[in-house]
Formats: sequence, structure tokens, C-alpha cells
Amino acid sequence: MRAAVVTFPGSNCDRDLAVAMERVFGRPVRRLWHGETELPADLDLVGLPGGFTYGDYLRPGAIAARSPIVREIVRFARRGGLVLGICNGFQILTEAGLLPGALVRNRRLLFVCRSVRLRVETTDSPFTRAFPQGAEITVPVAHHDGNYLADAGTLARLEDEGRIAFRYLDNPNGSARDIAGILGEGRNVLGMMPHPERVCDPRLGGTDGVPLFRSLLEAVAGGGS
Amino acid sequence: MSEITPETVAAHGLTPEEHARIRAILGREPNLVELGIFSVMWSEHCSYKSSKVHLRRLPTEAPWVVCGPGENAGVVDIGEGLVAVFKMESHNHPSFIEPYQGAATGVGGILRDVFTMGARPVALLDALRFGDPAHPRTRHLLAGVVAGIGGYGNCVGVPTVGGETTFHRRYDGNILVNAMCVGIARRDRVFYARAAGVGNPVVYVGAKTGRDGIHGATMASAEFSEDAEAKRPTVQVGDPFTEKLLIEACLELMAQDCIVAIQDMGAAGLTSSSFEMAARGGTGIELDLDRVPLREEGMSPYEILLSESQERMLMVLREGREAEARRIFAKWELDFAVIGRVTDTGRLVVRHGGTVVADVPVAAVAEAAPVYDRPCTPPPRPVPVVCHDAAVPVTPEEALLGLVGAPDLASRRWIFQQYDWQVMADTVLGPGMADAAVVRVHGTDRALALTTDCTPRYCEADPFEGGKQAVAEAFRNLCAVGARPLAVTDCLNFGNPERPRIMGQFAAAVDGMAEACRALDFPVVSGNVSFYNETDGRAIPPTPQVGGLGLLEEVDRATGLAFDRPDLLLVLVGLGHGWLSCSLFLREILGREEGAPPPVDLALERRHGTFVREQIAKGRVRACHDLSDGGLAVALAEMCLASGIGARLVIPDGVPGRFGWLFGEDQGRYLLAVTPEDAPLLLAEARAAGVVARTVARTGGDALILGDGPPISLDELRARHEGFFARLMDE
Repeated sequence: MRAAVVTFPGSNCDRDLAVAMERVFGRPVRRLWHGETELPADLDLVGLPGGFTYGDYLRPGAIAARSPIVREIVRFARRGGLVLGICNGFQILTEAGLLPGALVRNRRLLFVCRSVRLRVETTDSPFTRAFPQGAEITVPVAHHDGNYLADAGTLARLEDEGRIAFRYLDNPNGSARDIAGILGEGRNVLGMMPHPERVCDPRLGGTDGVPLFRSLLEAVAGGGS
Repeated sequence: MSEITPETVAAHGLTPEEHARIRAILGREPNLVELGIFSVMWSEHCSYKSSKVHLRRLPTEAPWVVCGPGENAGVVDIGEGLVAVFKMESHNHPSFIEPYQGAATGVGGILRDVFTMGARPVALLDALRFGDPAHPRTRHLLAGVVAGIGGYGNCVGVPTVGGETTFHRRYDGNILVNAMCVGIARRDRVFYARAAGVGNPVVYVGAKTGRDGIHGATMASAEFSEDAEAKRPTVQVGDPFTEKLLIEACLELMAQDCIVAIQDMGAAGLTSSSFEMAARGGTGIELDLDRVPLREEGMSPYEILLSESQERMLMVLREGREAEARRIFAKWELDFAVIGRVTDTGRLVVRHGGTVVADVPVAAVAEAAPVYDRPCTPPPRPVPVVCHDAAVPVTPEEALLGLVGAPDLASRRWIFQQYDWQVMADTVLGPGMADAAVVRVHGTDRALALTTDCTPRYCEADPFEGGKQAVAEAFRNLCAVGARPLAVTDCLNFGNPERPRIMGQFAAAVDGMAEACRALDFPVVSGNVSFYNETDGRAIPPTPQVGGLGLLEEVDRATGLAFDRPDLLLVLVGLGHGWLSCSLFLREILGREEGAPPPVDLALERRHGTFVREQIAKGRVRACHDLSDGGLAVALAEMCLASGIGARLVIPDGVPGRFGWLFGEDQGRYLLAVTPEDAPLLLAEARAAGVVARTVARTGGDALILGDGPPISLDELRARHEGFFARLMDE
């Protein structure tokens, strides 16, 4: 597994994501700077971490989505590379057009940091194959703008194509159809608001995030998604 | 330049005597810029002129203290070549005027105090005091302050892991927002604010300077009147995104060998940062204001020097290292400007447009700063009031439900859900989970325990005992999670020091704190004083806020409130005498605010704390909670709510009063959950250590039962506990 985590100005879960990946993957994770114009040639996975890139000015993720490195990540994803966007990373992926829909202000208008129950809606992806079918997991959210919004046609397509990866069992933000995470068309891009990297260490209150990273390890080792 | 009139002097918060002293120092009349400099440097906020004589009584040393008060933050050794750097500071006045920005910039300021010393900030805590929940402004202030703290802390990516929030009508016109920050640094890489090396460049980094917050320090040094709203232009605006970049850029530069001295620009901005660096280093500094990055055109030297624009730092670099430093700041897209040099003149010389606009001797300003030993009226020592069971018109169950739903004890979930308390992925015990927050030291098996404490109603009744109790409770909260208490930061919030009654409260509270800190080996390493917390002559209750820091050598031993199973025994450590005087029970259930607070026996406090810590280290304690507001019954209820498991509490025969047994606030007590197998050993060791301990409850079921009373279901308990904020904030 050759994985990298990108740091944008204002990223603040970059270290957390790299630590969780290293813990499960058992090998170092590369750190990339947003200004870089090329991705390392042999990469399997790019992680876009949580945070407040550019202070969420304009719209969350909007400015970061125009970074030089995101252009390369879009190309990487179109070639089938694995891309994982968590929280602000998810917002960047929708702003960059790699995932449909948008993440708008939480319905209650307040930032929310708490553990939520999620159902794994599909195991047919390189991000979820190690979960048992229909698994229910507990993962924290921490966001102000996690309310997933898309037009009816898009939502129907996501449902029909089995691209809703995770659904909230106790929706914390008003997301349409309780959507917590979605897959791109090629199933090699995942965006999710909850933070699986925060539940990979039993000392921090759970390990429900580990199967997600184990899925990626298996997918890469098995040579396909 | 305009003439200095008595009115100008008064408008700068300076007395005629202070004005005369300025003339003596300069040997001439100051110009307006210089008057502005003296005004902020001699403000209560910057000079501690009323508090200095008292603060000297606080103990500040211990073998593990690396740096005590006087620097940007206190520094203590935490082993493995690392230090914890921490401080607490008030942002009371700005938060009342503009709650979101006031609280946000309070967080920003305290973060800078910590990373300016080379430490990566790892945790934030906030101690908040609001007015009566029914007061029309309270809801607005609470919503704004909480959103501001979250808005800043969440964005910079430093977890807000704890704190406290209480309500009392005496804070209606003066809320308190005290923010604490803790960082971790390598012991051999701590940076100080001592300018040195004649010719070394003085460098400005961070955000540009604007017209915001001019004379904030002076505002914080005066009472409010009805026109507080008109002071809004003195409140600064925060930009946490820039702060995040500043943290990363400064820490990256600090890993090189470029920096001689560094100081954040906080209150009184460029003026106090350059003064403090020069004063500590015994040097002079020359500044050229034409090189300061400005946000707006046409700013006068007066405005540039006194602006409190946020997210700015001043550094002295080693000569010749400017290019290296500039590259790092360019990478993080921050302004970087060489604006002056270190000199050997001992003077701060400021130029603007080619002319000298201020020329002031540095040491004289510091040394000649007024120090007032203001008249003190010692506060009266109250006597305890007695409360007999017969005088209580409710059942114990009704009283407990009333207390867990009272504003000061209700669940703080509404608040802490707005804070990202998990970012950085090292928070082991977060808000509401334990008596102190526990944050792992990244990359080690150690952890820091952090708490903020003060019981204003005790301090109001008896500032000396209240000051003692604030320190003792912080000590207790750290012991309760298994940590060894190391040191204290404080934030002393009081009314107008020019009134002898207020100054008497201050002196007594400091004496109480000093006695406790000394007895518990728990020195004060940093802190802040906030006077003038009064409006139209009505002062807040004395609020000597304490922030405690402790160390766990094994993070896995960190102990929270939640039982992990039924059939555990609960052992009460410490002796209760049913002290209801000045208790929360007396106030909330009987509507009486009177009597002496419970006295703290410091020898007992230390013995009990050590015993609890040792039992936790031996792995015998499955859950632990100290007894504080609301006494034994409330402590047990909080443990049940945290675990979702009920308990049955025994009320022993022969207790003088049931309500005193259940709700008394006698100090130095803990509730420990242990297995029936471990209990005999723990009790035997308690006896051997001279610690009173007895089994008082057993866990199990889904209700809390007080003696032979009817069960209180956990659902009902939870509904009451969660109800207050839900109602107040229309959730």
C-alpha cells in the first residue's frame, strides 16, 4: 500500500489521518503539500483530510478544490486511483466535481461534534469490503457544514447504483436520505463526513474505523476494486 | 502633534500623578504617541499595578517547574525530554460587548501565548460565567460565546477538551470568559521573549495591522457603564485560519536555529510586544513603522502602535537568517517584514515617515510603572448556617432531580457538542467523561490531565476559603483521573480594585490560594488578573479561576466517571459532616444563599489525593468521581448517567441528617468504583494510610435508589439533566 495524505492551508486532521493509516497499513504514509503539481508516480491511495482549508472562506472546500494538487488528484481518480475524502476532504471532492451534490450548513445551524451510528450500506467498494454486510458502526462527526444536498435525480441515481456507502441511523445534520458518505461513479472515490480515522485506536474510544482502512489494504493487495 | 491636556491624560486612563511621573521619566511633556504607549503599558491589564504586591505571595517554584510567571506562559517538565506550556487568560470585557468575536479572540490570544514559546498547542479549556439564565441577554451571550470558542478552536484544529460554565445574576452585566491553552514542546527548545544581540533584525509576521481593537487593554482596565455597547470598536476580530498558518509557520521556523526571541502581539499590540522583549532582554529596540504591513491606508503612528489586530507576532532573528525565515512565511502565505533592529541604547525609538515619533527609555517604563498597595478591607468571616431535615419541604429524590437539572449542574452537552474535542486524535477522556480531561502526549504512553475550577459562591461568602477551595478542587479533579498534580495557572477575576472591599477580597483569595498551593506542592506558573468586572458599581462575585495540570505516566490508567459493569462497590473516601452551609442544595432547593463555605483541610486533601492516585495506579479503580457541588448524591447520579447503570446508595443509621449525608459539600472526598474482590484490600490500605473510607453503594439496575426511598429511573434523571439547556436554547 502506497498512500499519501494532502495538507492544504487550514487542514487540521492531516496528521490524524496519516497516523490512522500508518497504524492499519503498517507502513509510512507520504505527506503531500497542496502546492505540488505532481503526485508520486506509484501511488495507490490519496487521502484528503478534515479541517478548515482556507478558513472555509467562500464555501467549505471551494478554494482548496482549485489547488494545483487537486487537478492532479482528479486525473489520478479518473485513472482509477483510490481517493478518500473525510469531512472537509469530502467537501473538497464535491467542489472539485469528483462527487455529486453539496454539503451545506447543518440543519440546526450549529457545529456538531459527537459520535453517530452509521450503517454500512454497501460492501461492494474498496473502502467497505472488509465490513460485514449491513454492519452498524459508531464513528464521530465534527462539522458545521455536513448537510448533504443533491437534486432528486442525483439522489435516485446514488440509490440505484448502490453508491451510498454510509447512512446515519441518527442523522446529526439534516442530510438528504441520511447520507453520510457516497462513492464516485467508478467506486474508487469515497467522500464521508464522519471521521473513521478517530476510531482506529482503542484508547480513543473505539476501533470501528479500522475495517475501512483494512478494506483499502485488501483492495490494493488483491489488485482491484 | 496635538497638545497634551488634562482631558487627554484622563481619556488615556492615566492619573495626574502618573502623568507627572511620565514627564519626570522623559524630562519633557510626552507627545500623543508616547502618552498612548504609557497608557497601555501602565494599564492595569499590562502592568498588574494593583495586584503585583499580592501576587508575590503565591508559590511559583517546584523541582519540575522550568519557567514560572513572567514569560508568555508557564512551563513544567513532563518527562521524556518534554515540557507542558500552559496559561489561562481572561477575555471578559470584549466578550460581553461582542460575544462571538470576544470569545474567539480570547482563544486566539491564549493559543499565541503558548506557541510563541515553541509549544504545539494540544488542548483548550474554557471557564465561563454567565448571568441569570432568565436575564434577557444571557441566552444571546451564551450562544455567542460558545459559537466563538468553537468557531476559533475548531478551525485551528486544537481540541477544546474541558472547562466549566455556571450562572448567577451577579454576572448579568459582566460575564467571564477565561480561556486556557496547553501545549507541548521539547525541553531544549523552549523559546523566550528576551531580545538580544545588537543589530539583530526585529521581524513582524502574521496578519496585517488594521484599526481594530485600539486601546483594548485600557478598556479592560475600567469599569463598564451603560454605554458599554459604544465600546464595540475596541473589540478585535479573529481569523482562526491565519492563526493556524501562523502556528505552523512559527513551529516550522522554530525547528531551525533562527529565532533569538519571540513574543505575540496581544493586548496593546506592537507597543507591548516590543517593550516586553526589550525589557526582558535589557536592550533597546528601533522600529520603523513605515515597514509594518498595514491593512488600511493613512494609519497614524498612534494607531499602528496601539492596534490590537489579531494573529501577529514579533520576533528577533539571528542576523543573516532573514531569508530562511522569509521563505517559511512565504510558504504559509503570511506577511513577513523586518521592521527594526535591536540596539544597545535601552530605548524604544519609533520612526514614521522619517521622523522620530516616540523615544522612550524601556527600563524606566517598566521600573517606574506604578505599583499600588491599595487599601484593603478584610472580608468578614461568615459563620456556618445549620439546616435541619425538618426544614426541607421536599423528598431527597425531589431534591436530587432538582439539583441535576439546576443550571449549574445540568448536562453541558449543548455546549461541548459545538467544540471539536477530538481533533489531533489524542483526547482520551473528553468533556463530561471524567473530573479532568485527559490528553495523551502524542507519540508517548503519557498523558496530561487538565481541569478548570472555582466555586464563586464559596469565594463570595469567604474569599480566603474560596481561594483555597478552588486550588484544592483542581488538585482533586486531577487525582480523580489518576494524575499527579503538577502546577496551576490562574485567572483572577474581581471588581474594581480601587474599592477597599474588592481589594480585600482579592488579597484574601490570593492568601487562600497561596496556602493551598504551598500545602499541595502545586505552584502557580502563569496567570492573569482581570479587575474592573463591574457595571455601575455592582461587582461580580470574586472568581479566582484556577486551571490545573497533572501528569499520568501511563495513559491506560486514566479513570473516568463511567462504571463498566454492574455489581461494583462504591467506596466513599473522606469524612462527611453534612455541610450544607453555602451549598448548592441550600441555594437551589431552599433558595438560601448564605453561610460559611465548607472548610478545606489541606493535609487531609493531600493524603486523600495521594491515596486515590495510588489506588488508580494499582489498577483497582474502575471509575472515580470527586464530590463537589451537590455532594454525594449528585456525584453518584453523574456516575450513573455517564455509565447508563443504576446504583443503590445506603444511608447509614445514625447520620445526623439525611439531606446533609446526601447533599453536603464537605471537601476532600471521592467516590471510587471497585470490584467486590478488590474492595477489602482497598479498604485495608485506606485504614493503613489513615484515610477514612467506607462502602456506600453498589452498582446495578436502571435506577438510582437513595436509601429506602423510591427508585429514580435513569431515564427520568437523564431527562432532568438534559432539560435545562434544551429549554434555554430552544433545542
